[in-house]
Formats: sequence, structure tokens, C-alpha cells
Amino acid sequence: MYAYDEIDRTLVNERVSEFRDQVQRRLSGELTEDEFKMLRLQNGVYLQLHAYMFRVAIPYGTLASNQLRQLAHVARKYDRGYGHFTTRQNIQFNWIKLSDLPDALADLAEVGIHAMQTSGNNMRNVTSDQWAGVAPGEIEDPRIWSELIRQHTTLHPEFSFLPRKFKIAITASDHDRAAIKVHDIGLRLIKNEKGETGFEVLVGGGLGRTPFIGKTIKHFVHGRDLLSYIEAILRVYNQYGRRDNIYKARIKILVHELGIEKFSREVEEEWQHIRNSSLQIDDEVIEDIRSRFIYPAYEKLPHMPDELRQAAADPDFEAWRKNSVAAHKNPGYSIVTISLKPIGAPPGDATAEQMDALADLADKYSFGEIRVGHEQNLALPHVAKRDLPALWKALDKLGLATPNVNLITDIIACPGLDYCSLANARSIPIAQELTRRFANHELANLIGRLHINISGCINACGHHHVGHIGILGVEKNGEEVYQITIGGRADESAALGNLIGPGVKFDEVADVIEDIVEAYLALRERPEELFVDTVKRLGVEPFKERVYATR
Amino acid sequence: MTSPLQKKLKISDSSVVTANRTWDGVVVYRTAAKGWSADLADAAIVRNSDEAKALLAEAVADDVGAIGPYIAPVQIGEDGKILPGNLREQIRRDGVTIDLPV
Amino acid sequence: MPLVNGGKIADDSFVKLAVDTPLPEDGDILVPAERFLGEADALLKRAGKIGVIWPNNRDIAELVPYLGKLATVALVFPSFRDGRAYSQARLLRERYGYRGDLRATGQVLRDQFVFMLRAGFESFEVKKQADAEAFMQTAKRYSVFYQPTGDGRITALHRRMQLRHSEGVGT
Repeated sequence: MYAYDEIDRTLVNERVSEFRDQVQRRLSGELTEDEFKMLRLQNGVYLQLHAYMFRVAIPYGTLASNQLRQLAHVARKYDRGYGHFTTRQNIQFNWIKLSDLPDALADLAEVGIHAMQTSGNNMRNVTSDQWAGVAPGEIEDPRIWSELIRQHTTLHPEFSFLPRKFKIAITASDHDRAAIKVHDIGLRLIKNEKGETGFEVLVGGGLGRTPFIGKTIKHFVHGRDLLSYIEAILRVYNQYGRRDNIYKARIKILVHELGIEKFSREVEEEWQHIRNSSLQIDDEVIEDIRSRFIYPAYEKLPHMPDELRQAAADPDFEAWRKNSVAAHKNPGYSIVTISLKPIGAPPGDATAEQMDALADLADKYSFGEIRVGHEQNLALPHVAKRDLPALWKALDKLGLATPNVNLITDIIACPGLDYCSLANARSIPIAQELTRRFANHELANLIGRLHINISGCINACGHHHVGHIGILGVEKNGEEVYQITIGGRADESAALGNLIGPGVKFDEVADVIEDIVEAYLALRERPEELFVDTVKRLGVEPFKERVYATR
Repeated sequence: MTSPLQKKLKISDSSVVTANRTWDGVVVYRTAAKGWSADLADAAIVRNSDEAKALLAEAVADDVGAIGPYIAPVQIGEDGKILPGNLREQIRRDGVTIDLPV
Repeated sequence: MPLVNGGKIADDSFVKLAVDTPLPEDGDILVPAERFLGEADALLKRAGKIGVIWPNNRDIAELVPYLGKLATVALVFPSFRDGRAYSQARLLRERYGYRGDLRATGQVLRDQFVFMLRAGFESFEVKKQADAEAFMQTAKRYSVFYQPTGDGRITALHRRMQLRHSEGVGT
């Protein structure tokens, strides 16, 4: 993980003191809400249905155990004892008081956590692969570059009042776990023929009201030019992005309206002016950032220790191991995903007690490190294989060993109408009901990899467009109605799902999903054919027929 | 952004003005006594557009007290009790429809 | 509306001209872009300083031929949420080498002073008296800057390199 130095700490403290002054001026009436709103948003503070919501950044999904403990502390001291992990490596607290926020931020600053730019029309938290640095076959650790971008985009003097929000994601693996194709800028770390590090740059991806898959704007940007190239994209966007209509203000609309060729020419022209400026990054800068990432001192351990062999006799352990444990670049170790999707619970929520206990487990078994993924699950990235049985027992006690990672009950859901002031329909109760319907682990396993994503409104925080099954809640004549799409995906083969037909009522959603799944089980060519591949092969029709024939 | 006062108002049923209290975000309702209350029972009821506009204007003017005021539908029960007029307002009054994790 | 210049509240010597106001004999004037481009030769010949008010949706490159003769360029923030003038300011300073006064106008509020200073503004038509009075204090709010801009402030990356090298000397 990245260790803040005095410089980083100073900036975060200066930010906290600025916000303290802003909150004080707001509460005294010196600042109107109209003036204050953007300032609070830039510090992660929204107004939701019941209260203020506070969104804290977990840059590139890496957390140290003391940081997770501090998040638990904030949940307990200033909120109602739990937090919600989002799809963009943030955590949200739902019940915070404006008057407490400066103190909460100061507490977080003590451990190098901030909420800068987790909202507002600026560059948001830079996200990355939650397996960065440990995934086998990864080209190099993308977090070094993520951190470079995090610093460069923090309080940027030119791009803090963009037409709309701006999100960057980075991956360095073949399998894209960071959903880079649905980001404003997606970066795929690659090497050129000389073995030098660079990036394929995608631009204009995004979900929301008008979803687009990102397009490649440049096939190779050398690492030393990364900041100048991003700066060029942003400068074009800042000047020409639409500001007349909030729904057309994202960069994806500009790219779409200009066309990728014209847009890339504009960027290229701008870039030629600035690529040889002080934005050029020399190797020493990268080395300096790399030197402040702490990597564990791995031991040489057997890849099949006795502990693991013995535990294999326990079918519950085996079910969990097969589901939640992934290969690590070091053969004596594993990456353990921790499902925050227990049956019947709100997806992505964790209590302060769970966070504290996980921090302890991370200290004991994962060199004090925890990761946060965009699927709203956590991970322990460096678990010695011999420790897996003990870890599993501990997780199980905490309710954190549900073996459903990547299965149908591993649902992504936004907070929906239960919390969110933008929502038109509820998301969480739909997710809860679906997890109950598919609670049987053998059934879920038989179905195989299947991602259900639920959003409570068109803004698509639940990424419904790219769910294998996407569920979008809308409001129709005062009732919650849900539109269902199938065939979307968020990985390297990202695609938008297709609507299967008219929306269905709240009470019918789970039945309809069961129908779709039954149809899939009957239609798949072989058990290995994933749901999303069956949909690709056959299209929407057979599923539509199955769902609507009897309705 | 359109100010809430410029939006067209079409009020056919009983309505209240609601917002969130500035310092802590709690849901509040505008009262006839020109204040705010966290209890819907205390809300001033308006029955036509003119009344609604007047109540909203008063609420908007109190920018330090509460934020984001808007007109929300209510139903008046047979016993005269004020009830939320839709699911969103019901959730705002009663809290989430799910069990909290703690 | 108070003008802050050189960090202090100052008198504004400039008179703002509308598109059709008759041209005063002398004195300092600020002219809208359209009028300036139309009458540039005549305007530049008269006594008194001249400045131009440049809208945020017009290419700042059009102003390049005149930059050496302008006493001030006033860029516009119609709302503090509209950040186009930050790009224009940096282009003027860093690409086109403009050294005259750069003035922020429109909804200029305390909480954007630091961004504006970093982008190259040096005078400010501040909306609120209290904000203008708090200028110096606010401008010193941050001591760490991650991005290089034309304001010459040393960036965090750079400072780290210096630290590394100074530490390296003794070893």
C-alpha cells in the first residue's frame, strides 16, 4: 500500500481545515446553500433522503488495517455503525451530521484517508484492479500510476469545475476487473516492443442515461507522457464539453457528437503543445512513488500445505475455497475475496464490528492489507495458503464467508429509493429477495457465473447496463416498475445489455429473474457455457418468450 | 438550475413543504408558525397553488434553517392525521424499508 | 464590488465600456471582446490603458496579436461552477506568454481564490466584501501543490526529488 509522506499529510490537513471553515461559514449563514453545495460535494458530502451522506475515497481500492479501523470508528462515532462500499472503491456513510463532518474528516486524515473529489464536477477517485500487485500475469502494478494520477488530479487548479464529473480507471491485467471501458478515461497498462511501460487510452465510456462503451483514442501513450496526455484530454473537455444540459455534459457526449476521430485530433493538437513540458514524468518520479508502496516480505511456502490438504475434507470449506480463493502471483499465497453479499442482506454493507474484525484478520493473515473491488466486495490480497482454513473459520463467524463470489447472489446494487434522493425505485429489497430465491449454493453453482446489477434510477450507479442481467427501477404512475436487460458485461468484452420487454412490478421481479435463469439452464449448450454467452449466441428472443408467454 | 420558486406548480391535493435541516440533515416539515418540525403532524397543509407558493417562498427564504425545500403530496386520513402521499415521502418519514445491518 | 490586486483591496482605475458606450477621451477602459476586435486600432491609439473582457466560450488565441498592448485581460466566471476561464488563463500565461494583468470577473468567491491564483490570475473582482478582506489569509491556505502550472510554485513531486537528492548527498 502507499504510505503518505509529510507532503501528502500536509495537503490533507490543509483541506480539512479549509472545509471546517466552509462548514462554519455555512452554518452561520455566511455561505448560501447554492454557494456551499459544490464545496460540500467536493468533500464527498451529498444530501440524501434522510440525512447527509458522506463518501470517502479508497484510492485504487487499497486499504491498510489501521485505515479500515478508522472507517469503523467513523461509522460508530458519527454514523449508525455501518458503511456501504460502492462500485467505485468508495465507502459511504448514510446518516452523518454536517456539523460533525469536519471532525470525521480530521479523524480520517490521521490515517491518510480523505474524501476529496468523491463528488462534484471534478476528477473523481482513481480506481483500479482490486487484485493489483498480486494477480498472476499482471504486467506491472497499476497502482503506482493510479497514485501518480491521484496526486495530479487532486485539487487541480484548472479542472476542478469541469462540465461534469470525470472518472478514470486503470488495469494492468488481461482480465479487466476495473471496468475501464465504462469510464470517462480507461487506461490499459501495456508494454511496447522496447519493453517500455505505456497505456492504451480509452475515452468516452460511461453508463447513466446515455450509456457508451469507451473508444480507444490512442493505442500507446508512453508512461512518461501519461499526465500530459490526460491533461490534453481534460483541457479539450473543459473548454468544449457541454454546459447547457446536465444530461449531455459528460465527455462521452462530446466524443459522440464530435466523433472519436475529430475528438482525438483536438486532443493530439493540444498534447503536442504540452507533452514536453514539466508534465513529463521521469523514471525517478515513478521510482519515488513506487518506493512508498509497501510490499509484503513473502516467505517461500508450499503451494499445497498440510493444513489445506486436511481442510479439504470439509465440504463447506471446499465450497468456499473453490469460490472465493484465487491464484496469487506467489504460489504459496492466495487472494481471498470476502463477499459482502450474505443472503438477505444489503449488498456492500459492512458493520463497524465486521470492519474491525476484518482489520484484525488482515493483520494476522494478509500483511495488514485489505482491498475493495468495484463489485462491492472486499479482498485480503496476501493470504498464505496454510492459513486459509483458519481464516475461513474466522470469516464464517463474522458472516463474511458466503461462498457466492461471481455467482447470481453476488449482486451489485445502488442504495436506491431507501436512501437516495435521485432514485425512483428501491434496489436493495429486490437484491435481498433475489439472494433468498437463489440461496441454495448448489443451485447457484449450477448456474455458474452470473452478474445481476440493479439501479434504482437512470443514473445507473448499480451499473445495470453492464450486468449479465440488469435491473433498472423506474417510477410509473406512482408505482415502482423494473426494466430488465440481459447480455451486458463490464469486463474486457464490455457490452450493454438489451431490454427483454415491458417493465415488471416490484413483486414480480424475482419471479421474472427465475424464469430467465430457468430458460438459460434449458438453453445452454453445455454447463460451461455462461449465461452471458448463451445470450450472445441466442439473443434476447427465447428469454423474452419465456418471461412474457405467461404474463 | 431552476429555482424551486420558478417551477410550475400544479397542486390538486393536500400538500406540505418539506426539506432537510441544514446542520444535521434531518427531514423536516414547514409549520404554520414559520418554523420547521421533524414531525409530519406539525406540517402546515396547503391546498392550492397560491398557498403552496407562499409556503414554499417562506421556506426557501430560510436557507440557514433547512435545505432543498419542495412541495410534497400528503393524504389526510379520516381522523385528520397527515400521511405521506407517496412511497418516497413515506420512506423519508419512516426510514428505510429494509432491516439495517446493525 | 471590491477589486483585489496584488493581494490587497485596491481602487479600480478601469471603466467598463458596453458595446455602444461612447469612447471617453482618456482614462483606463475595459472593452468587451467583440468591440475590441472591431475597433482595435482606434482603441489602442488613444491615451489611457486598455483592457479587454473576454468571454469564456471564445477562443483565447484570437487575442494573441494584441497581448503585448493590453494592460489587462478580464476573464469571466458566469458562475463559479463554470471553469472554462481557468483553461483560458493558463493558455494566456503558459502558452502565449501574456505578462499583463489577468483579472477574474463574474462570480468570484473566496473558495476559488487558490485555484485562480494557480491558473495565473492576479486581480479579482470579488463578489463579497468579506471575501475580499479575507483574500491574503485564504491565498495562504495551501502550502502543497501537486500540479505544475505557470505560477512557478514548486510541486510535491519536485519537492520530493529535492529531498531525495539532499538526503543522497551524505550517503
